Order: sequence, then structure tokens, then C-alpha cells
Amino acid sequence: MTTLPQSTERRLGLAIDLDICVGCHACVINCKEWNTSNYGAPLSDMDAYGANPVGTFLNRIHTFEVKSEGCNAQTVHFPRSCLHCEDAPCVTVCPTGASYKRQEDGIVLVNESDCIGCGLCAWSCPYGAREIDRAEGVMKKCTLCIDRIYNDNIPQEDRMPACVRTCPAGARHFGDFADPESNVSKLSAERGGMELMPEQGTKPVNRYLPPRPKADIATDGDIDVLAPFLAPIEEKQGGFISWLDKALEAI
Amino acid sequence: MHPAPSVILFTSLSGLGFGLLLFLGLGVLDVSGWVAFAFCFVAFGLSVGGLMASTFHLGNPQRAMKAFKQWRSSWLSREGVAAVAALTVMGAYCAAWIFLNMRIAALGFLGALLCLATVFCTAMIYAQLKTIPRWNQAMTPVMFLSFMFAGGALLSAQLSLAAVLLAITTIVQLLHWMLGDRRFGEAGSDIGTATGLGGLGKVRLLESPHSGTNYLLSEFCHTVGRKHAQKLRGIGIVAIGVVPVALLTFAPHSHATAAIAVLSHLIGLLSTRWLFFAEAEHVVGLYYDKHRHAA
Amino acid sequence: MNDMKQPKLDTSPKVSDEIRKTTCYMCACRCGINVHLQDGKVKYIEGNRDHPINRGVLCAKGSAGIMQHYAPSRLRAPLKRVGERGSGEFEEISWDEAFEIACGWLKPVREKDPSKLAFFTGRDQSQSLTNWWAQNFGTPNYAAHGGFCSVNMAAGGIYTMGGAFWEFGAPDWERTKLFMIFGVAEDHDSNPIKIGLGRLKARGAKIIGVNPIRSGYNSVADEWVGITPGTDGLFILAMIHELLKAGKVDLDYLRRYTNMPFLVNCEKGSPENGLFLRDGDGKPQILDRTTGKPVAFDEAGVKADMGKDYVANGITYRPAFMLLAEKYMAVEYAPDAVADRCGIPAEQIRKIAAQLARIAFEQEITINQPWTDFRGQKHDKMIGRPVSFHAMRGISAHSNGFQTCRALHILQILLGSVECPGGFRFKPPYPKPLSAHPKPHAIVTPNSPLNGPHLGFVQGPEDLLLHDDGSAKRIDKAFTWENPMSSHGLMHMVISNAHAGDPYKIDVLFMYMANMAWNSSMNTSGTMKMLTDKDKNGDYVIPKIIYSDSYSSEMVAFADLILPDTTYLERHDCISLLDRPICEADAAADSIRWPVVEPDRDVRGFQSALIQLGAKLGLPDMVNEDGSAKYADYADYIQNHERRPGVGPLAGFRGKDGKGKGRGEPNPNQIQAYIDNGGFWIDHIPDEGLFFKPWNNAYQDWAVERGIYDSPQPFVFDVYSEIIQKFRLAAQGHGEHQPPEHLRERLQNVMDPLPIWYEPFEEAAVDKDEYPIHALTQRPMAMYHSWGTQNAWLRQIHGTNPLYISGKIWESHGFAEGDWAWVTSTHGKIKVPVVRMDALNADTVWTWNAIGKRKGAWALDETAPEAKKGFLLNHLIHELLPSKDDGMRWTNSDPITGQAAWFDLRVKIERVAEGDGQSQPEHPPQKSPVGRGPQNVKYGEDFK
Ligand SMILES: Nc1nc2c(c(=O)[nH]1)N[C@H]1C(S)=C(S)[C@@H](COP(=O)(O)OP(=O)(O)OC[C@H]3O[C@@H](n4cnc5c(=O)[nH]c(N)nc54)[C@H](O)[C@@H]3O)O[C@H]1N2
Ligand SMILES: Nc1nc2c(c(=O)[nH]1)N[C@H]1C(S)=C(S)[C@@H](COP(=O)(O)OP(=O)(O)OC[C@H]3O[C@@H](n4cnc5c(=O)[nH]c(N)nc54)[C@H](O)[C@@H]3O)O[C@H]1N2
Ligand code: SF4
Ligand code: SF4
Ligand code: SF4
Ligand code: SF4
Ligand code: SF4
Ligand SMILES: [Mo]
Repeated sequence: MTTLPQSTERRLGLAIDLDICVGCHACVINCKEWNTSNYGAPLSDMDAYGANPVGTFLNRIHTFEVKSEGCNAQTVHFPRSCLHCEDAPCVTVCPTGASYKRQEDGIVLVNESDCIGCGLCAWSCPYGAREIDRAEGVMKKCTLCIDRIYNDNIPQEDRMPACVRTCPAGARHFGDFADPESNVSKLSAERGGMELMPEQGTKPVNRYLPPRPKADIATDGDIDVLAPFLAPIEEKQGGFISWLDKALEAI
Repeated sequence: MHPAPSVILFTSLSGLGFGLLLFLGLGVLDVSGWVAFAFCFVAFGLSVGGLMASTFHLGNPQRAMKAFKQWRSSWLSREGVAAVAALTVMGAYCAAWIFLNMRIAALGFLGALLCLATVFCTAMIYAQLKTIPRWNQAMTPVMFLSFMFAGGALLSAQLSLAAVLLAITTIVQLLHWMLGDRRFGEAGSDIGTATGLGGLGKVRLLESPHSGTNYLLSEFCHTVGRKHAQKLRGIGIVAIGVVPVALLTFAPHSHATAAIAVLSHLIGLLSTRWLFFAEAEHVVGLYYDKHRHAA
Repeated sequence: MNDMKQPKLDTSPKVSDEIRKTTCYMCACRCGINVHLQDGKVKYIEGNRDHPINRGVLCAKGSAGIMQHYAPSRLRAPLKRVGERGSGEFEEISWDEAFEIACGWLKPVREKDPSKLAFFTGRDQSQSLTNWWAQNFGTPNYAAHGGFCSVNMAAGGIYTMGGAFWEFGAPDWERTKLFMIFGVAEDHDSNPIKIGLGRLKARGAKIIGVNPIRSGYNSVADEWVGITPGTDGLFILAMIHELLKAGKVDLDYLRRYTNMPFLVNCEKGSPENGLFLRDGDGKPQILDRTTGKPVAFDEAGVKADMGKDYVANGITYRPAFMLLAEKYMAVEYAPDAVADRCGIPAEQIRKIAAQLARIAFEQEITINQPWTDFRGQKHDKMIGRPVSFHAMRGISAHSNGFQTCRALHILQILLGSVECPGGFRFKPPYPKPLSAHPKPHAIVTPNSPLNGPHLGFVQGPEDLLLHDDGSAKRIDKAFTWENPMSSHGLMHMVISNAHAGDPYKIDVLFMYMANMAWNSSMNTSGTMKMLTDKDKNGDYVIPKIIYSDSYSSEMVAFADLILPDTTYLERHDCISLLDRPICEADAAADSIRWPVVEPDRDVRGFQSALIQLGAKLGLPDMVNEDGSAKYADYADYIQNHERRPGVGPLAGFRGKDGKGKGRGEPNPNQIQAYIDNGGFWIDHIPDEGLFFKPWNNAYQDWAVERGIYDSPQPFVFDVYSEIIQKFRLAAQGHGEHQPPEHLRERLQNVMDPLPIWYEPFEEAAVDKDEYPIHALTQRPMAMYHSWGTQNAWLRQIHGTNPLYISGKIWESHGFAEGDWAWVTSTHGKIKVPVVRMDALNADTVWTWNAIGKRKGAWALDETAPEAKKGFLLNHLIHELLPSKDDGMRWTNSDPITGQAAWFDLRVKIERVAEGDGQSQPEHPPQKSPVGRGPQNVKYGEDFK
């Protein structure tokens, strides 16, 4: 027994490219800016100018360092927001039905007027995608900008989530994972899009595209291929001046 | 997890209350009138008080009625439904008992069953959460139910039975800890799976998304020192089991011994419940590399 | 089965009542923004898709503009100091009174000695206005913040190739295949760089990041070079060494477009040594391969030789290219010789050089676009070398930064990858030959304008700004022997010199938009002391301070008179081609800001206030003949001021009909035309002129039409710098302009016409065993210097800044999580929280810049984390080098340009297991003239 739709017509979500994310937090703030004055209650900031400012955000950027023995360490910026899971535990635990997954596109939403703010959905989410707004006492989460993506008052080309539209590096892609021909499905297939914490059984829709290998960590023995490009001229051509002379003549 | 007083009080007190109600429903007490009233009063006080406490942590308690809707999927909703049913049935049972001096056994059994169901639901709210591996084990409902039985027996003055149940509860609690300590590892989530970067090497958090705190950190990333937890576990075991069992087994049964046993058990219950929350690690802490510090 | 009825949602809510398009100013990148207004309030800001800079994207700061606009720290009215300096005690006054006070101070100065005014502006985007004002006032003491920011980058580029990185040029993002980025955390071009990196990634182009710290751009780079700070010059020269040895340089390019074939006088000891052989017209000579005779370099059809000496009258003249090859092919520049010092394996240096060679020469690209060069030669296509470079303060904020920047440009030029498809491209008004830039001026006449622009590019010792007794004409000692090519002035020396009365005392210090009492100065505690110091009569040593800020910053507390500015959404501004415009490599563009909302306080756009103050002072060009004000405000000035006939602040929509591009008489509807066009104007360069701009006739003609030049200005790149050699000759005793004795040796060493590397000065001066660690700062992408702090959203991301410590140092000092540390330089000591980082050069520590705040500033609570845990590295950095017991003040700057050497800092570190949660030094709180911010913020509530 579940209140999750068995399947959804579309599976809208994000493909986030960890190879490109520079960790600029642009998506975080534009998300806050859009969402504080749109869907649902404003995203408040408590003690905003004080000692312990705490606000509600729907998207956060972590920075990790990854190191294996004897190699250079690498840093990876990691955006974290709702993955709009297919088996979303946050929906099934909700006692009021405020949390739901939309039949038509799979977006997981909170109907704030039904939310009692019990927090259980946040407890059940492995990804920390839900935060209670302290001023309003309701659960907030990424809406996949439902009030943008279908919005007739927004030009067609801008009908995408605020975070995607604003990302300067182009690290965030929005689309339908149910359509194998969509941008996100293709990207995910090409780049080996990852599911986060598959062992949690949530079947996330969003995918993370892994960082590409780094030349200073996973060395590819380049130097043999590259060495000819630096073969010294002096030896084969009898000195720099004579090389220069010939080369100038050849131009 | 953040050990919120409201939730600790709720689970502890309502567990005791429903435990007592369960025993009352089974008709183990051969009392009537004012004495029956007193028992019922205590039972309802604890269970209803506990439930009330649970609303303190709601962001919008005025909408609490909406929580009954999702009984088909939500343990929290089921708990609410079961609790109301249990309280209604037991209310009728107790009223008949106190005012009409009538013991409607069938009603009592039904009520007892509902009390059991309520506490089971409460336990399942925690046990269902894969995100909190320590809770996500069969021992969690067993533990809640043992506490319920033992507490109920103790409060309903079934002292010999209580001694046995308390002993069992103590063992169950120990088992819960033993198994619980391994759960995070068994569940298989680590910072590598959380970020998908595990294949690249050892992952650690370099910079948090925010320099201060946030809802996730204060709600899910509470940490207790290992020494502190060990100490509390010791105190808990002594208080929930060792002292009451010893009293009930070796001291002459009296109101005083019973009262001390109850008090000791209550202290133990509250402290182990505090630990139940405080020691529970949520996998979201992986994104903040909290497991590294806890481990 | 879904047993829930899904709520019906309105998925098409109204977004706003109106969109007003203007320009962001949360940083100097100047992106286009769509400001959504509802009920007259700012509801949402998004990037303007049509805008050339940001193409619709917006960074974190840009989106947080709302919170900046509503910041509780906004100043509300002009302020007059009533308490002691530094206390923050003020009284609000009217604008009339403010102008009266300012005129009362400035009039006598102008009448007696205009140089007693020092007018310095910080993050100023209106330098063409502010310097015009200062010129008309007549003081020589004007500059913006370039001197402490990145003048090495700017001067290194302009002196070498007539343009710089920064926002004055960009890689050909569309075509480049290998991109190397040196020492960049964020840069001014923040969104364009991010957009560009994303485009490179999408195309699979390779990115190499050279930076001691692997964060931000460097973490997405495909290869990281974790260089030891201050050694990039060596690394670059080692790559040049390898390329030369392998003959992987673009000889044709060098011969046509650079001064590499120029014949250089090699007679030792001669006053002409190192200078070019010139003909009677003064034109540099090259050796014609066909005739073997010297001819003028720009002669049509000439084929230059670059390998043969020319001997005349017993003097050997050698092509500059041979001097270059001899120099860099020496073993001291071999990868193996520099590897240890740079902290880069020799193999990695060779590999990168090989990749540059491979991609530049094996993967050249062609565009089938004919073009004609300045010698009249026609080319049927454009050949590109798709390797490109970008660099910023990481290489420039060192005392060897100028030569390092030059070295990098020379590497680009040797590869033939400047202004070609796939390489680095200039943005108009660049490129511009050095000769087309003004020289600096400093002749002061009471009650009269200065004799010319303050800042410029010296072309030899004769252009220095020195009195006959050798003393400096400018308060910051720019353009003296200490830093002869200091094209942007030395803002970081102003307070220190004014306090010391060296070269002279001043009467009024007037500053704009520079938090000099805090994060923008070196030696912050010392600076605060200098600003509050009194002489024996009890008067302040720096007598009067006027300051303009929008917010209650640290600096506000140290001024006597405050001119409160508006926020960026409330005023007119112009982002002008005369200044630092928003051009693209294939288009000229400029833009405006306009009041999309009106201020609700008694504040005024600073530029308007300055123009009004100028009129009250009766400054030339600011008053009509009858003495009335010529311009009502900045908007009036923007539309009607002409710098040269037909050329004004805005290039678009000129002329009465609004059709003029670049040239045309003032248009009374010009600002409205900009507003109607989305806040900006753009004009594309014709296809034929898109590349090879310095030598491309089509580009040169277009630039003349647009008013960028008055006549075509083709030029060749100064790989070999004769100008620098002139200074070296002077140091050797030649010529009538002679440096003081104590500077001769240094000038002789650093003034090398071909870039060299030398050890950064602080490093050379300190005991490296005692101070073994390099300490750096970086810009956080989501915070702008001090002014992001008041932002309720951004301060949650960066409310504190730990010191990141390399794994090696962490382990050798036994640090543990949660520790603090004492960090000590020769100058100061700070106590700070620490965090381990392995993706970091092993001998380096670093922190985010400008997070630490003084208690009481910015309308924050005194217990704000910024003031408790946050800290500044600036306390450890001094504007002077450790004293050398010679009685001299040696500035901690590049000896050529005066660029502040922020990143030369050396420190030692000591573990503190128990921090008390308060970073050190802790300064007493300042009073807030604007009170405190509200407890909670629920922005968005008003729109529900
Ligand atoms: N340790 C260390 N220190 C550094 C650097 C470093 O790398 N490391 N970098 C240096 C560099 S490159 C720079 S450019 C400086 C920057 O330092 P500053 O130029 O001081 O920059 P900000 O802190 O941004 O402050 C400028 C002031 O402008 C005010 N302001 C903001 N908006 C407006 C406005 O619209 N109108 C007016 N009138 N005022 C406004 C702000 O409130 C602030 O007080 O810092 C330097 N300091
Ligand atoms: N978000 C944001 N953007 C800004 C600003 C801001 O405050 N915030 N400030 C603006 C201003 S005023 C400026 S001047 C620009 C500055 O733009 P950047 O030059 O990008 O500024 P910094 O943060 O000083 O970065 C210097 C970089 O050089 C590296 N570095 C230090 N020493 C060396 C070295 O010896 N070699 C190499 N290869 N790297 C080195 C540092 O690790 C750091 O990454 O940014 C502008 N843009
Ligand atoms: S905006 Fe894009 S690049 Fe910036 S943090 Fe978000 S995902 Fe990463
Ligand atoms: S990410 Fe969390 S909140 Fe989002 S659908 Fe999955 S479980 Fe629910
Ligand atoms: S917080 Fe709201 S949405 Fe979440 S489970 Fe409780 S009622 Fe449902
Ligand atoms: S999709 Fe919308 S709500 Fe979700 S993270 Fe992006 S901007 Fe925020
Ligand atoms: S980079 Fe960001 S802050 Fe700077 S102008 Fe652009 S949007 Fe504004
Ligand atoms: Mo700067």
C-alpha cells in the first residue's frame, strides 16, 4: 500500500555535472530568490544579521576533497537538492498527505496548507533535501520550479528551473528522464550518470555526472605520445641558427 | 538525531501510559471506584500527555487533525488512528468500570490490542527509517513493546511479572544497542555512496555549504561523545532494569518499593530514550562528513 | 494506485508587474539584469539573456542583490562626525550642509595648493568621470584602486601587446582547444569565465589550472599544477625554454607582428646598448633577408631575418629574437633546473609544453575569411593556434609579478596565439599601442586644472613625475624610480605616505568606495592608527577625511564627512568605452544603470554629488560662463558631456537621431534609448576585422569610425621592451635622468627588457627557515570583498573563514580538527581557526578574503560570526618591506609597477589546541550610525 503513483507519465529532474560545477552557489541563491516570493511560504532567515543566522534553502553546495594514496588530492563541488525519487520515502511517511508525488511528471511537492510540520518526511529523506521553515513551520523542498516550467507568463526559453537558468557554468540540466531522447537521458547515458545512495532504495530521478579523470591524478602515460613534440632541433638540424635560417627560408 | 524533549517525553510517557492501559484492559487489577479511577487517570494522563507533548514539535499543531488521513501508508498516521481508537475504546471501558463498575472484557481486550498497536506504530515510525540505520532494525519495535509491557506491568502493580518483564526489557535494550552499533556499517551508506565519489578515493568534506548551522545540522547531526554515551548507557541499564528488578525481587513488596522502582525505571527510560535519539545517526550527516567525527 | 487527490496547482502564476533592465553591481563584472518589480518593489532579479556579458546567467551575488538593496546597513543621510575618529559617532546632516563643509575644506586647498587634496577611488566604475573631476580640481593626487589590485596584469599586457587579460580580452571560448588559467580564483570577468569554462567542457577542450590551491576553477580543470607561490615566471620561462629548443614557435607570426626581428644594439657600455637601431625617422630597423640590408620594420613586402647579426661602424646589432633565444635556451631555465623551486615535477612542465606545441601547431584551425594587414598584404584566410591563456592576481600580486605577466604574454606570442582564431582575443577599445596611451601628468597650478591626465604609461625616465630635487610629485610616489611604470598609481601607499608626510603632508583625503580602514589596506591595524593619529597640537595628522560609501562599512567610522551613496538599483551609471567597458572580442558594447527604483532615503548617487560639488567649487567644465552648474546630475553629464567632439561617455545611440555609433553629437534621448534596448548597446565588428586586430586594416578602420582611435594605430608587439631597457640604461649611469644611488642596483636587476624571474622581495628579506610558509587569500565566488557581508543570504554561506592548511603542515604541526593557530609574519600575529586541505601546495596556507569584520560595522550584531571567528590576513601584510637598516622605506610592491605584493606573504604557524572562539587581533566595536538589522527576514512575504 502506498500513496506513491505506480509510475509517472514523465520523470522530470536534473542532471548535475560534477565535472563542471565550480561551486559558485549561484543556483543556491537564485533558487532562494525565486522561491521566497513564489510557491508557498517565503523562505525565511532567522537572526538574519545576528550571531547565528539560519535560513531555509532548497539547494546547497558542498565541497569535498577526494584523495587516494600517493596521488594529488582533488576537490569536487557538489550541489544537493531534492532528487524527486521514484520510491520517495518522504511521501509515504507523511501522515497528512501534504507530501505527494505528481502523477503527470513525478515532481515531489509539499502542499503547505496540509503540512503540520512534523518533520518526518525530512527524517526519511537520505539526501537532506527537506528543511522546515522556522518562521512558517512548514516543510520546504525543491519544487523543481513547478511555477516556472509550465508558466505561460514566462517566455518559452525560460521555462526551466531557476537554478538551471542561472548556473553560469552550465552544470545543471533539466529534462525528462522518461524520454530516452531527452538531453538529460542522453547526458546521463554518455557520462555514466550516478544515482546517489542506491542502497537506500529511493530510486532517485536526478542523476549526477561524475568528474572526468584528471591528468595529474590518473596519468595516462601521455609523455611518450607527447615527447616527439619537444624533440630538440639542435641535434637533428645542426644548431638553432641553422634551423632558424632554414625555417625562415621555408616560410 | 536531535534529542528533542518533546519527542522523548512523548515516546516514553505514552509508552508507559498505553502499557498501563493495556494491563487495565486485560483486567489484571482487582479494584474499583476511586482506585480504578486513579489508575485510569494515571494511564490516560500519561498516554494523552505524551501525545500532547508530541504536538509541541509540530510546526503547525493547529492542523494536527489532518494527520489521520494517510493511515494506508504512514506509520505516523496509523499511530494517530490507533491512539485515538485505543483511547476511545479504553475510555469507554474505563468509564463503564469506574462509573458502572462493569468490566466489559471484550472491550478491554480490544482496547489492549489497540494499545499494543499504538505503541507498535510508534515504534515503526522509527524502525521504518532506512535513513537512520540504528533504528531501522527489528529490535526497535521489540524494544518499544518490551518497555510498554514492563512499564505497564510495573504501573499496574503486577510486580512479579514486572520483574521478569523488566529483566527482558533490559536485555532487549542491550541487544538494541549491540545490534544498533553495527547498523550504520551494515546499511552500506558512506560518504562515498552519498556523493558517488567513493570510487575516486577517500572522500572528506572540505567546506560546508554554509558557515553556520541549518535545519539539517541541528535536527539530524547531533553528536554525543562516546564516553558520555557509554556512561549514560550504564546508568540507563541500572535504572531501567537492575534497580527495579533487584527491588522487586529482593525487597519486600510495598508502595514504597514500587514507587522507587517506578521512579528508577522512569529515569532509566528517559535517559535511554534520550540516547535512542542522541546516538541515532542519520545518513544525511554523511554530506556533512559527520560520520567521520562520530566514528 | 494513488489514493491522494493531487491538489490543483496554479502553474502559471504571474511573475511580476514589470521588468526593468539594468546592470548588476554586486561586483565589477557588470552583467545585465532583469529586475522584476511588483507593487513597486523589487521581487526577483534574473540575468538578461540578450546581454553580451552574462547571456542570461547570474551569479550568487547578483541574485542576492535584493538583500543588498534592502540591507539594514545602508546609510540614510549625509553624516558629520561628532565623536573621535574611529568611534562611529555621527550626526545626520542635510546635503546643503554637507556641500558647505566640503567646499569649506576644498576651496582653500584649490586656491593655495591643489596637491593638498588626495582623491582616491576604490572599486570605481566611473573613473573617466572621477579622473576628469580631479584633473579639473588640479590635484596630481588621483588614482583608483588598480595599484593594489592588479596593475601588473594591466601594465604587463599593455607594455607587451597593447592590451591585457582582466576584462580587456578573453580566450576564444568558441574555438580554443587547450586553455591554461594561472592564478585565478574568480576575477572581474566572473560570469564570462564560468560560461566559457562550461563551453570548453561541453566541447571536450582541455583546461589546465595553475594555482597553489585546487578550488573553484582549478577543481574543474582537467589538470592541476599546484605551483609554489611566486614562481610562475620560472615555470613559464621553462616552458619557453622547451618550446624554443624544439623549434615550436611561430616564426612567421613573430616576424610579422612582433619586434622580434628588430635589430638591437649590442655594444657593451654604450648609452645605446639594448636600444633598437633606428632610421632617420626614428623607425626601428630590421634586416631584410633578401638584401641583407636594414630597412624599416613596416616596409611593404619585407621579409625579415631574425637569425643574423648586422654589423655597422663596428657595432653589432642582433635581432631581438636571437637575444631572446640565447637567454631562455640557457640551462637555468630548463625544467629540471626550476622544478624544485616551482614545486612542479620537471616531467609535468615538459608534458604541458609538449601539449602546447602539439595543439598550437598540429591542430591549427583556419577560418576562410580574407583580410588585409597594415603592410597592405592580403591574406586569404585566418590561421589560428587554438591554445589560450588567462591569468589574474595569482601571478600579478607578487613583487615579481610584472615580469611574470610579461613572460606569460611572451609565451602566448611565441606560440602565435594572440588575436588569432582559438587564441586570446582583445576586446575593444583594446588593442591600443603604447604610444596611443597618455603619459602621466602632475603639473600643479593653483586654481587651475592639472596639465593632463594623472595616470598613463611612461615611455622612459624622462616621463617620471619627479621634482628637480628628486622628490615625488604624487603623494603615492607613483612614477618615481621606486616604481617607474606604476600606471595605476599606488592607492595602498596613500594613507601611509600622508601620515608620514613623505613626500609631503596633505590637507584633505577624499575617498570613494574603498574600505581602506579594513580589508583593502595592508597592515589594517596600523592603518586605523594612522587615520586616528594626532600631532602634538592634538590635531589629526591627516586633517580632513571625506568619504563616500553606501553602507556602514569600517571606513565610514574613520571619516569626518560622509557622502552617502545610493544602491546600484537607485542611480544612473555608465559603463563607458572611455573606462572599463563591457565589450566582447567581436563587438563594442557599453551599458548603463538607471534608477529602477527611487531611493527612499536622503542619499545621492556619488557621481551626481561629485558633479554638484564640482559646480559649487566652480571647477572648469562643470560650470557655465555665468557660474551656474553645467550638469544637473550624472544622467545629464552622461548624455551631454563630450570628451572629444562627438565622443562622450556612451557610444551608442549618439546624434540627434540616435543613429550614431561611437561618434555623434549628444542625444537628449540617449539614456531612454539604452533603457529601451535593455540597458546596453552593442555594435559588432565586421567579419573581416574579427581577428589580428592590431594589424588588421578592416578592424582599424572600424575602430576609427567608432571613435576608438582618431586614426588607424597598427603596431607590433613589444616582446623585447626597449622602454624597460631605457630605465636599465639609466640605472647604469646613462642619460640625464638618474635614479638615486640606493635604487641603482635594484633597477639594474629588475629592468630587464626580456622577462626574468627573481625571488619575491619579502621572501628574499625574511629568514625562510623561520617563516617557511606561503600565506594567500582567495575571493569566494559567493561574496564580494567586505560588501557581501551585510547580505542576509550570502553571509550564511561565508560567515566565517578558516585558515586552510596543507596536509604536510597539518601533520608536521600535529593539528587536529577544531584547532586554532597563531599565524605570525615579520609584521604581525593573528589567531585563527584552521582546517586541513590536501589539494593544496604543500608549503601554503590560505583563507577567503575579506570575511572578517570589525565589531559594530555593517549593522551586524557585535557577536556576528564575521567579527568573532572571521579574520583578515591583512594584519600580517605590511605596505613596507621588513626594514633593511638603511633608513629607507621600501614598499612591499613590484619594483616596476608598484603593484601591492599581497601574495608574497611568508608566515610561521603554531598550534593552539583550545581556541576561545575569538580570532585575534580583536578591535573595539564601532558605533553603528544606522542601528542594527531586523531579527528575522521573510523576504517574499510581501508578494504573497
Ligand atoms: N588580504 C588581502 N587583501 C586584499 C586583497 C587580497 O587579495 N588579499 N585584494 C585587494 C584588492 S585587489 C582589492 S580591489 C581591494 C578591495 O577592497 P575595497 O575596494 O575596499 O572593496 P570592498 O570591500 O568591496 O569595499 C568598498 C567599499 O565600497 C562600498 N560600496 C559598495 N557599494 C557601493 C556603492 O554603490 N557606492 C559607494 N559609494 N560605496 C559602495 C562598500 O560598502 C565598501 O565599504 O582589497 C584588497 N585587499
Ligand atoms: N566573487 C567575487 N568576485 C570578485 C571579487 C570578490 O571579492 N568576490 N573581487 C574582484 C576584484 S577587486 C578582483 S581584483 C578580482 C581578482 O580576481 P582573482 O585574481 O581571481 O582574485 P584572487 O582571489 O586574489 O585570486 C588569486 C588566485 O591566485 C592564486 N595564487 C596566489 N599566488 C599565486 C601564485 O604565485 N601563482 C599562481 N599561479 N596562483 C597564485 C590564489 O590561490 C587565487 O586562486 O576579482 C574580482 N571579482
Ligand atoms: S550554479 Fe552551477 S556551477 Fe555554480 S554551484 Fe550551482 S551547479 Fe555549481
Ligand atoms: S530526495 Fe528526499 S525529499 Fe526528494 S523525493 Fe527523494 S526522499 Fe523525497
Ligand atoms: S512535515 Fe509536513 S510534509 Fe512532512 S511529513 Fe509532516 S506533514 Fe508531511
Ligand atoms: S529546481 Fe527550483 S526549487 Fe529546485 S533547486 Fe532548482 S531552483 Fe530550487
Ligand atoms: S558577476 Fe555576479 S555580481 Fe558580478 S555583475 Fe555579474 S551577476 Fe552581478
Ligand atoms: Mo581588486
